[in-house]
Amino acid sequence: MADVIIRTRDLVKRYGDITAVDHLNLDICRGEVFGLLGPNGAGKTTTTLMLLGLTDPTSGHAWIDGHDCTRSALTVKKEVGYLPDNVGFYGDMTGRENLVFTGEMNGLTKKEANERATGLLERVGMTFAADRNAGTYSRGMRQRLGIADVLMKDPKIIIMDEPTLGIDPAGMHELTALIRELSVKDGRTILISSHELYQIQAISDRVGIFVDGKMIACGRIGDLGRQLQNEGLYMLDIKAEKEGMERAASDSLLQTILKGIPDITVLKKQPDGSLHIEAKTNIEGSLLAVLVGNGFVLREMHERGGDLDEIYRKYFEKAGESDGGTDTEQSGTEKHGLKEDVDRLLHRSAK
Amino acid sequence: MWTDFCTDLQSDDSRTNRHGFKVLYLKEFADILSSKRFWVMFFLFLLIGIVSVRGAISTIGQASQQAQQQGASLTDYLFLTLFTTSGSSIYSFSTFVGFLGPIFGIMLGFDAINNEAAQGTLNRLAAQPIYRDTIINAKFLAGATAVFAAVFAVGLWVTGLGLLISGIEPQPEEFVRIVVFLLVSVIYICVWLAISILFSTISRHAATSALACIALWLFLTMFLSLFATGLAGLLFPVNSQSATISTALGYYNLQVGISRISPYYLFSEVTQVLMNPNVHSLDIMSTLASQDSQVASYLPIGQSLLQIWPQIVAMFAEMVAGFAIAYICFMKKEIRA
Repeated sequence: MADVIIRTRDLVKRYGDITAVDHLNLDICRGEVFGLLGPNGAGKTTTTLMLLGLTDPTSGHAWIDGHDCTRSALTVKKEVGYLPDNVGFYGDMTGRENLVFTGEMNGLTKKEANERATGLLERVGMTFAADRNAGTYSRGMRQRLGIADVLMKDPKIIIMDEPTLGIDPAGMHELTALIRELSVKDGRTILISSHELYQIQAISDRVGIFVDGKMIACGRIGDLGRQLQNEGLYMLDIKAEKEGMERAASDSLLQTILKGIPDITVLKKQPDGSLHIEAKTNIEGSLLAVLVGNGFVLREMHERGGDLDEIYRKYFEKAGESDGGTDTEQSGTEKHGLKEDVDRLLHRSAK
Repeated sequence: MWTDFCTDLQSDDSRTNRHGFKVLYLKEFADILSSKRFWVMFFLFLLIGIVSVRGAISTIGQASQQAQQQGASLTDYLFLTLFTTSGSSIYSFSTFVGFLGPIFGIMLGFDAINNEAAQGTLNRLAAQPIYRDTIINAKFLAGATAVFAAVFAVGLWVTGLGLLISGIEPQPEEFVRIVVFLLVSVIYICVWLAISILFSTISRHAATSALACIALWLFLTMFLSLFATGLAGLLFPVNSQSATISTALGYYNLQVGISRISPYYLFSEVTQVLMNPNVHSLDIMSTLASQDSQVASYLPIGQSLLQIWPQIVAMFAEMVAGFAIAYICFMKKEIRA
């Protein structure tokens, strides 16, 4: 972590009794794409607002490029581009006029702003609608114009809040490519907050998983997976069947057989028909032997944990369920379980 | 302290902020000038101005004919009466300004902040390199500029029209009085601009803030005087047997005191004195005392201003207070989508 550009120390934000952000310590390096992953209401937006100096932290500090985000908010705002969640534009101005206005706000002359706007509209593929009133834009167009708007000030750092929310898959693909390009080609630092796992995985160099205002895990995606394995959590998804046997019977037989393997902790049937296995050690070898020995044919086998999927499932969906759950007792125990998991993850890796 | 302030003004940050302010101010002003509702109100005012002056001229014409037959003259300040005389079926121009001016102010400000929030542009704007208060300052100032421009445009238009139609020549002092009247009208309308910006800050929907503004306007314009009369009558029963002169005085003071909360009442008092040099005082005691002994004379403009200075200051204070509360609410507001 040689060149830290965004740094927070013990950042806390409380709204009454609710702690939206709880002692957040974050270090983001220059030029990387950092994904802030968490369910709705985890405190992601609050964190981004505090980084921009739009909300004052209850305690703690945040610095961007060496400037205190609260005390020198103006300097920070000069360097940081912010794409808010559900970005809006002045509906009675054209897309181009909106961009030129932002450019002028950032000290460009009208001519410079116009030139830059034309270039950026081209870059985000919005030239065709540039002279239409922004009020007529679709969600995806607004989002793309939003990126152009952020780039009008030529920021070193870009903070994006849920940039792909509510965008169709094709638009999403374009948008992620564009965001990735901003980092790779222009060398900008990007902090992107989202609850959409796959998008974060596709874009980010590092991710931080954020639940209930706390960051419970942070690192490269691969590292996070390994972190889980290191503490004895191996995950596999398999699809196997026995020739000449009915589906249901074959599945229940398979489960019985697998229960015989020591170290397997969780066996779960998934909606797509595959079987989810969690184990304390790497059981691939014995698993294969058992399957072949019982005459099963292995159709599919995926090792989980190398991607965010399991991390997500383990930490983040649980929190989401307990947030939305009506049964308070159940959500309480789930939260407790989550806390243990978190402690395990954090302390095990520290040891 | 002063030098600190000056160096601060020279710093990079405040220069950036000033530039942002200028850009935002110009954009807001342009927005107002290109909005339909501004022009609707502007032409409504212009129309009302023209019609009310026509009405005034016909009334004055009849009155002067009568006066001539009796061998007396009307007043030395005839031109001013164009603004304050009502026609047979229409109010005077100054009454119209007092009545409809607030609507003009409300219309310019009722969705200043909440519309920005509803469009999702507020957080984008706040993320630009400006201090947060620049947003509300620029909006208020742009609104005030528009009010100033509209009031003077209409006022001078009406003056010119009155001059053309009636052929009455305004004296320089009358012209000064008209300019002061227009300036006071600007302050009066800006009171309502400030109040409407305040409501636009605290209520989420533009419709709510518009209705709240209109409700407050109706209350202060129509019902406050009723309320004042009722309350004063309760505390100082002037119609009872035991009523003394001090009861009557207490009644009067309380009633006027409460009524003066309303900018409408303040504005009409200002108009009374400013546009009619014959009115010497607003205070009931001096009016009563001079009733018998009063020599028909005119107050010079300085003296007229002296009489209404408290009212002007009170109106200005109401404007500042309204804006200050709006400012504080805006600074404490949570900026998020």
